[in-house]
Amino acid sequence: MIEVKNIVKKFGAFAALDHVDLKVANGELVALLGPSGSGKTTLLRIIAGLDWPDAGEVSIDGENALAHGASERHVGFVFQHYALFRHMTVFENVAFGLRVQPRAVRKDEAAIRARVKELLDLVQLDWLSSRYPSQLSGGQRQRIALARALAIEPRILLLDEPFGALDAKVRKELRQWLRSLHHEINVTSIFVTHDQEEALEVANRVVVMDKGRIVQIGTPGDVYDNPATAFVHSFIGESIVLPVEVRDGCVELGGKPLNISADGVTSGASKLFVRRHDMAVGPAGSGAFEGAVRHVRTFGPIQRAEVALSAGEGTTVIEIDAPRDRELQPGDIVSLHPRRYRIFAGQD
Amino acid sequence: MSNGGAGRHSSLPGFGLTMGLTLTWLSVIILIPLAGLFLKSFELSLDQFWGILTSRRTLSALKISFGLAFAAAIVNLVMGMIIVWALVRYRFPGRRLFDAIVDILFALPTAVAGVALTSLFAQKGWLGAPLAELGIKVAFTPLGIFVAMIFIGIPFVVRTVQPVLIDLDAEIEEAAASLGANRWHTVSKVILPSLVPALLTGFALAFARAVGEYGSVIFIAGNLPNVSEIAPLLIVIRLSEFRYADATAIAVVMLVASFLIIFAVNRLQRWAQTRIPAHWRLIK
Amino acid sequence: MNQPQILITSAREDLRTEPRIIRVVLIAMAVTFLTVFVVLPLVVVFAQAFSKGVFAYFSALSDPEALSAIKLTLMVAAISVGLNLVFGVIAAWAIAKFDFRGKTFLISLIDLPFSVSPVISGLVFVLLFGAQGFWGPWLQANDVHILFAVPGIALATIFVTFPFVARALIPLMQEQGTQEEEAAISLGASGLQTFFRVTLPNIKWGVLYGVLLCNARAMGEFGAVSVVSGHIRGETNTMPLLVEILYNEYQFVAAFAIASLLAMLALITLVAKTILERHLDEGQLPGD
Repeated sequence: MIEVKNIVKKFGAFAALDHVDLKVANGELVALLGPSGSGKTTLLRIIAGLDWPDAGEVSIDGENALAHGASERHVGFVFQHYALFRHMTVFENVAFGLRVQPRAVRKDEAAIRARVKELLDLVQLDWLSSRYPSQLSGGQRQRIALARALAIEPRILLLDEPFGALDAKVRKELRQWLRSLHHEINVTSIFVTHDQEEALEVANRVVVMDKGRIVQIGTPGDVYDNPATAFVHSFIGESIVLPVEVRDGCVELGGKPLNISADGVTSGASKLFVRRHDMAVGPAGSGAFEGAVRHVRTFGPIQRAEVALSAGEGTTVIEIDAPRDRELQPGDIVSLHPRRYRIFAGQD
Repeated sequence: MSNGGAGRHSSLPGFGLTMGLTLTWLSVIILIPLAGLFLKSFELSLDQFWGILTSRRTLSALKISFGLAFAAAIVNLVMGMIIVWALVRYRFPGRRLFDAIVDILFALPTAVAGVALTSLFAQKGWLGAPLAELGIKVAFTPLGIFVAMIFIGIPFVVRTVQPVLIDLDAEIEEAAASLGANRWHTVSKVILPSLVPALLTGFALAFARAVGEYGSVIFIAGNLPNVSEIAPLLIVIRLSEFRYADATAIAVVMLVASFLIIFAVNRLQRWAQTRIPAHWRLIK
Repeated sequence: MNQPQILITSAREDLRTEPRIIRVVLIAMAVTFLTVFVVLPLVVVFAQAFSKGVFAYFSALSDPEALSAIKLTLMVAAISVGLNLVFGVIAAWAIAKFDFRGKTFLISLIDLPFSVSPVISGLVFVLLFGAQGFWGPWLQANDVHILFAVPGIALATIFVTFPFVARALIPLMQEQGTQEEEAAISLGASGLQTFFRVTLPNIKWGVLYGVLLCNARAMGEFGAVSVVSGHIRGETNTMPLLVEILYNEYQFVAAFAIASLLAMLALITLVAKTILERHLDEGQLPGD
C-alpha cells in the first residue's frame, strides 16, 4: 500500500508536482499517464527516494518513507534506459542487490546463485547470464533490469517508461508479458508512460496527470468513457473537438443551434468532444449537424469519412468512423448525431 | 560556495562530505597560498609597487616575457595551423608518428627541453653551427628565448584546432565548391572562419604558457639583465636576494595577466559554442 | 586520433584538397618544424648522454647524487600523485554527480594552477613558509622545516599537479550520468558500495589517465620546485634540478644522462597515454 499526500515539488519557479494525492492498494498495477513535463516521472522518483519533495508525505505499508533514503526503502526501480551496470555480466547485475546486503542478512553464495537463476528463469533469459549488457537487445535489457529490481524482493515495483526505448513490435510483446508477470508475482506496481494505449492495455488503474496535478484516476474503461476534463478527453483516445457556445442549456455551433442538450454546463464558450465512432450518420435533416462528405477511405469494418460541417460563416472539417452498412460517397449530404458526447466549459 | 540545496535532497549520498573535503583541500593547496601572495603585495604602498614595476630591470623583464611570448604565439598560430592541416588533410609517410609526438612537448620536463634546445642551438650545436655561419646567433640571445617559447607553445595550438578541423563537415566544403567557389575561396571564406575560435583559444593558451615559462627558457636565454632576462627569472633572483617585495610585485602583475588571458579563453569558448552548431563539435 | 574517411573517391579528393605543389610545401613545413622542435631535441638528449660511451652514462647514473635525486623525485611524485588522486576523485564525485550553483566557478578554481607560472607556484610557498614569510618565524622557532626540505617540494608539486586527476574525471563522470549509481542505491547499496562497485569500475581508465599525466608533471616539474628546494646537494635536488646543476657545472654527460631518464619518462607516458585513450574511447561507448 502506497500513500502519497499533498506532495509539492518545485524546480526553481516551475512546479513539477502541485499538491498531489494518490493511494495505491496492494497488488495493483497502476499507470501514471501524462504528456512529458506532467510530473509523472518526478512522482515515481519521489516514491523511490531518488528525489525529495518540498512538502507532503509518502508512506509505504503505513511507514513514513521519507524517513529513509532510497537504499533503505526496498523499492524496485526499473529505469527508462535500464541503467544496467555495464562492467558486470547479466548474472552479476541481477546478483548486485543481494551482494550489497549487510553481512548479517546476506545470503551465502549458493543461495545467491539459486535466487539469480530463479529470476533469470522468470524473465526467460537464463541463457544470457554470462553476457554483458552491451551484448543484449533492448527488450532483453529491459527484462534483465526488471529481474535485477525483483532480486531484492521489493515491497513495490516502480517502472519509468518501461517500453519507451523499444521499437513498436517488441513493445507490444513486452506489454502482455509484463501484465502476465504482474499476475504471477503480484507485487504492487506503478509504471510511468506517455502512451495512452500502453496505459489502457496494461494497467488495472490509470492515473492521468497534467501540469503537475492528477486530473483523473479510474479504470481504463472509466477514463476512456467518462473523461473528467477536456484534457483527458483529448489526451486519451482520438476525439472530434468542436468549439461551441452554450446558452442556458442549449448548444450552438457558429451561431446555429444544435439539437443536443448541455445540462449542467455553465453558459459561455465551450468545447464539444465526440469520439469518432460515436457520430451516427443519418439521412439529411435528422441529426444535430449537416455536412458534405468530402473524402472516404475504407479499411476493415469501418469507413473513415471527412465531413465538412456548414456552421455559420465558416466550415469545419471533421473525421468520423462509420460502420460500412451504408456506403458513403464524396458529395453526399449527411446528417450527424453524437450518440455520446461531452461538453466542457472554457476555451481549453 | 552555496550548494543550492543539492546535497541533502539528492538521490546520491556524499555531497556534503565530498564537497567539504574538496573545498578544504582546494583552500589549503591553492587558495590560501595565492591569497598570501596578494596579501603580501598589499604590504607595499602604491608608490613602492609602482616603483618596483617601473624600474628599468623589471620593466625590461616584463617586456621581454610578454613581447616574445606574444611573437612566439603568433608563430605558433601560423605553424600550428599548417601542422594541423597537414596532419588532418594529407597522407604522408610518418604522419601518425608526427601526430603522436606533438604530445611529447606536453610530457617532456621543461628542464630537459631547456638543455636539449640549448645544446642544439649553441654555437657548436647541430643547428647552431650552420646558423652561426649565416651570422645568426640563437643561444644566449633573445632569439633563444623566442625559440624556446615557440617550442613550448606549439602543442596548445595543434591540440585545440585539430579536433575542430577533423569534425568540420565535409559537406560545407562541397557546398562551397558546388556554388562555384575556387579552392582558395573555400579555404579562406568557409574553413578558416569556422576555425577562428579554436585558433584564438590555442593562441591564448600558448601565449599564457610562454609568458610564465621558466625551465625551458633559462638555459638558452643567456639571462643578461635588461637584454635576455625573463620575468620569472627575475622573480627567482629577487627571492634569492631576499627582496620578497620585488618578487611579489612582479608575480602579482604576471598572475593578473594570466587570469585575464584565461578569462578571455573562457569567453572565447562560450562564444564558439553559441556560434558553431552543435553537430560540428560533437565528436561521437 | 580519428581517421577521416579512408576511402576517398577521386571526385571528392579533387574537390577537397589543394594542388600538389601546395600540399608538398605544407607537408614539408610541418615535418621540418616538428623535426626541429620535437625530434632533434629528443635525439640530442640521448646523443649527448651517450657521447662518452655507455660506461660513462651508467656511472653518471649511479653517482650517489644522482641516486639521491632519483629517490627524492620518486618520493615526491608518490606523495603528490597519491594525494591528488584521492582528492581528485573526491572533487570529481562532488562536481560531476551533483548539481549546485557555482559549479563552473569551482572548476575554474581547480584549473587555476594551469595558468600560474611555475615560479609563482613556488613563490607562494616561500611567502608562507620562508624566513620572511607569514609563518616563517614561528616555524623557525619550533624547528619545523618546510622550505628547502621535502615538505616544501611536495607542496609545490601538489600545487602544480592539482588539476590533473579531477580534470580527467569530471567530463567522463558527467558523461556517464548518475543512473547506474541511482540503480545501485535503489538496490540497497550504501554510498561506499556504490562508489567502489559501480562508479570506480566505470572510471578506472580515466583515473589511470589522470594519474599518468599527474605523475609525468610531478616528476618533471622544475620551476616551482627550484624556488622551494634550496638546492641542497644530495638532499633537496630532484632530477630536473640536478640536470640544471650538472649542466651549469659543464658535466654534460651526467646532465644529459639524468635528462635522458626524464625523456624516457615522457616517451613512456606518451605510449601509455595512447593506449589509455583507446580504452577510454571504448569505455565511452554507450550501453546501447
